[in-house]
Amino acid sequence: MTVPTHHPGDTLLIDYAGGALGEAASLIVATHLALCPCCRLNVAEMEAVGGALLESIEPEEVDPACLETVLARLDDLPPLPRAPRPKLVCQPAEVPLLPEPLRRYVGNDLSRLPWKRLMRGMDCYDIPLASGSESRGKARLMRLASGVGPPHHTHRGIELTLVLDGGFTDDPGQFARGDLSVADDSVRHRPVADEEGCLCLAVTDAPLRFTGALGLILNPFVTF
Amino acid sequence: MQDLGSPAAGADRTFEDLLTAVGRDRDRAAFAALFGHFAPRLKAYLRRQGCDEGGAEELVQDVMLLVWRRAETYDPTQASAGTWVFTIARNKRIDALRREQRPEIDPADPTLVPDPVESADDGVAARETAGRLKAALKTLPPEQADLLRLAYFEDKPHSQISVEQGIPLGTVKSRLRLAMERLRKAMRDSR
Repeated sequence: MTVPTHHPGDTLLIDYAGGALGEAASLIVATHLALCPCCRLNVAEMEAVGGALLESIEPEEVDPACLETVLARLDDLPPLPRAPRPKLVCQPAEVPLLPEPLRRYVGNDLSRLPWKRLMRGMDCYDIPLASGSESRGKARLMRLASGVGPPHHTHRGIELTLVLDGGFTDDPGQFARGDLSVADDSVRHRPVADEEGCLCLAVTDAPLRFTGALGLILNPFVTF
Repeated sequence: MQDLGSPAAGADRTFEDLLTAVGRDRDRAAFAALFGHFAPRLKAYLRRQGCDEGGAEELVQDVMLLVWRRAETYDPTQASAGTWVFTIARNKRIDALRREQRPEIDPADPTLVPDPVESADDGVAARETAGRLKAALKTLPPEQADLLRLAYFEDKPHSQISVEQGIPLGTVKSRLRLAMERLRKAMRDSR
C-alpha cells in the first residue's frame, strides 16, 4: 500500500491536535490521518505537547465543593463501554473506499448521494456538518471526469483538497489517494483530473471568523 | 474511611498509576488525587478558552467525570496521564463551547492504512517521554513558547493568531515549526 506524499504540514496538524480547527477542516485532516501513518505519529506527539502544556499551565484554584459534587456523582455513572476491538481474524471481503471519519458523514455508497452538477464532468455533494453553521468552513465531495479542472482561480482563505480515488495534477505535482493539497491566497493553481478521473474531499476553513466581508470565500471547489 | 481529599492519597504513585488504578479498581482515593492535580489546571485551560469562572468549574467537573468513566481505556504505554486528560478536555470543550463534533480516526476501521512498523517505544512508559518533553518546553525561546501556548489554549487556528498578534503568517508558521522540531527531537531522543 502506498503512503501519501503530500501532507498537511506541522502548523495545520498543530491546529488539529490543539483543537483549534473547525469541523470541516478537522474532517479532512482526520481523513488524511486514516491514510497516513506518518502524520498520525506527528499528531500523537503534538497531543503529548498539549499534555505537557496543560501540566505547565498556572493552576487556578477550584472550589473545594467541586470535588465533593463529582465524588457524589460517580456512583450514578457506569463506565463507558469499551470501544469495539479491531477484528483480527475475519477481514471484510471488501475494504470500504472511504475511510472514517468521512464514511460516517457520507456513507459508503456514493451512487446514493444527491450529486449536484457544477459543469460538464464536475459534480459535487455538500456534506452536512453537525455544527450546522458554515461560518467555520464548508466540506464538499467533488467528482471530476478525466482532464477536467475548475476554471483558473486564486484563493481567499485556505482551501484543502484530499484525493480519495484517482488523482489530479497541479503545479506542485501529482496528487493521488491520501494526498492533501493546501492552497491559500499565495497560490495560483489549476488542478486537472488525471486520466482515471478524481474523487476528492474539498474544504475551506474560514480563517477569519470575525470579519464578515471575508466570509465570502472565492473558492470554486466549495462556493462555485 | 480514607481521606479522599488528601493529596497524600497519591503521593507515592505517579498520575499514570493513579489513572490505571481508577480504570482497574474504580479507586476513589486515586481519583480524588487526580482531581487535586488536574482540576486546577483544567480550570486554567478552560478559562483561557473563554469560559467564565462558574462555567469553567462546571466543565472541569464534566471532564473529570469523563476521566472516571473512560479510565478503563487508558493505556500508559500510549500516552502520559497529562496527555490523556488533555485530549479529553479538548474534545469536551469543542463539544460544549463550540457545539461541534471533532472528527477523529477510527483505529478499528479496515480502511485505515496501518503503521508500517510497530512503534519502537512500545512498552516504554509514555511518562518518560513526557518528562523529556517538559524539560524541552522550558528551553524553547520565549517567542516560540508563547505562540505554542496561543495555538493550544486559545481555540484559534494559526492563521487567526497571525492576524490578531500582528505577526506575519510566515513567521507564525516558522516559529511553530521550529518549536515542534525541537520538541519532537526531545521526544524521539531515546528511540
